[in-house]
Amino acid sequence: MSKKKEDKVVVHKFRKLRRRQPNRSRTGDFFVYLFLLLVAVAMVFPLVFAINSALKPLDELFMFPPKVFAQNPTLDNFADLFVTMGKSWVTFPRYVFNTVFITVVGTAGHLIIASMGAFVLAKYDFPGGKTFFKLVTVALMFSGYVTAIPNYLIINALGWIDTYWAIIIPAFAAPIGLFLMKQFMEGLPTSLIEAAKIDGANEWKVFMGIVMPNVKPAWLTLIIFSVQSLWNNKAATFIYSEEKKTLVYALQQIQSGGIARTGQAAAVTVIVMIVPIAIFILSESQILETMASSGLKD
Amino acid sequence: MREYLRKYVALRRHNMRVAVKKAKKSKMCYVFLAPYAILFTLFYILPVIASIFFSFTYYNILESPRFIGLQNYISLILEDDIFLTGVKNTFLIAVITGPLGYIASFLFAWLINELPRWIRSVAVVVFYAPSIAGNVYLIFSIIFRGDAYGYANAFLMDVGIIDTPILWLTDPDYMLPICMLVILWMSLGTGFLSFVAGLQGVDRSQYEAGCMDGVKNRWQELWYITLPNMKPMLMFGAVMSITQAFGVCDVTMALCGYPSTDYAARTVVTHLFDYGYSRFEMGYASAIATLLFLIMILCNKAIQSMLNRVGT
Repeated sequence: MSKKKEDKVVVHKFRKLRRRQPNRSRTGDFFVYLFLLLVAVAMVFPLVFAINSALKPLDELFMFPPKVFAQNPTLDNFADLFVTMGKSWVTFPRYVFNTVFITVVGTAGHLIIASMGAFVLAKYDFPGGKTFFKLVTVALMFSGYVTAIPNYLIINALGWIDTYWAIIIPAFAAPIGLFLMKQFMEGLPTSLIEAAKIDGANEWKVFMGIVMPNVKPAWLTLIIFSVQSLWNNKAATFIYSEEKKTLVYALQQIQSGGIARTGQAAAVTVIVMIVPIAIFILSESQILETMASSGLKD
Repeated sequence: MREYLRKYVALRRHNMRVAVKKAKKSKMCYVFLAPYAILFTLFYILPVIASIFFSFTYYNILESPRFIGLQNYISLILEDDIFLTGVKNTFLIAVITGPLGYIASFLFAWLINELPRWIRSVAVVVFYAPSIAGNVYLIFSIIFRGDAYGYANAFLMDVGIIDTPILWLTDPDYMLPICMLVILWMSLGTGFLSFVAGLQGVDRSQYEAGCMDGVKNRWQELWYITLPNMKPMLMFGAVMSITQAFGVCDVTMALCGYPSTDYAARTVVTHLFDYGYSRFEMGYASAIATLLFLIMILCNKAIQSMLNRVGT
């Protein structure tokens, strides 16, 4: 009995002792949390709405007045979607293969090439290195639309139109990957590299054996960003053969199939959105660790 | 003067010699950088140069480019009313959604920073999800559908504010505000992640020290301690949101149609697509691209010099 009481006292003391952040008031905290909750609900609403539309049977999609939540949720729309995909003359597995091939090869190449470049830019001082990195940061400052037309001409001149390479090779050079990797590698202690060199390792060994295993969070971030952009790449300008088109392109064709396919269109939206979000949730902590060194110094 | 020049040249020559010597020593570095450098030059530097070059020519892919001087720029600015509409819309969208999205990114990152760990993880997903969710913004075309089946119309009619449905996405008065709303919804992107991560890295003891030195409330703490610590992340976030704000086209094209009613939702990039991919006037489209490039770079430089003064 007395032990229990003692425990209680200790807990009570602890509660008092638990340090609050300096400079915070309780009312302020309350309003901050209320505000955050309201905004979070507003942000999530369209996503919840999209998922609910995909779960609605046909009669509910055109109900008046419209309701946000599905009354009798079904998976019919997804089943219909698979039937439609099965009937197209390019088979469903082919579209999946196209997307997977482009995403895997593009991401792997980007990871290797960008890390190699980032390694020497971060850890060695050589003429032209700083200037090159400045150019990369300038490239972050304009979007791909600026270069869309000359890019087409260049890829055409290389003869890559209507091949997977038209999408894969430019993805290798994405400036955001090199930028994040270089900033993260700068955090590695230089002594680590010097120690390995004294032991007789050459640059390649240092890179593969010491640097790469130590920057795993940055790998993951590069992979995520690259997968996200390649997954959403419809590639419509570069690839015109139907059997080489990507999954997202095929899905969006179904989506624009008019009013008869409203239910399937909603199912497509959910599939296209769930993949990048799921990948992000699985790797959130690593991505945040990388982004901590993403700052841009001048 | 001549003496000075001679000394200058000698210095340059000396520096060059040192650089070449250094370059010879660090061959390995160039080998490592080469694959990326070649591709980067091919797909980022060369296109910008090509685009500047073509902007002074008449080029339609079939015939070889013909030099016409500044004619493209003159027609763009003086004769092309639709381009001016596009510029006006782009600037309107950029000036409103850019800063608002940027501030919102920082504000939410700052507010969720003190939440317990697992709630913070959930909150990051909730705020970040819209910007990576593919083309989920198409859902807004159902919410803002022009007939009484649209959710916004149905709700407003139910409450009794309006009695006839509003044509949200075809009436020029409503098109831009709705696009801005959707863009704002999607604006917590890479910059937001950078802020969340950066805030976690601010040294805790600085806050306690600040408290001792007379910081009274969370706003003073934000201005004097948090913001100066976050400067590099703020720069990165600014670059991300400016690039996005001026590149608006996906949302307006998907929601308001392409072309939109009265060109009321035309942006610079949509105009670029129109001339580049529909009319094949590559020279003219390159002039648009070059102007867009200049606007983006200048804006970035301006914002960076502004951010340098934060917290001082």
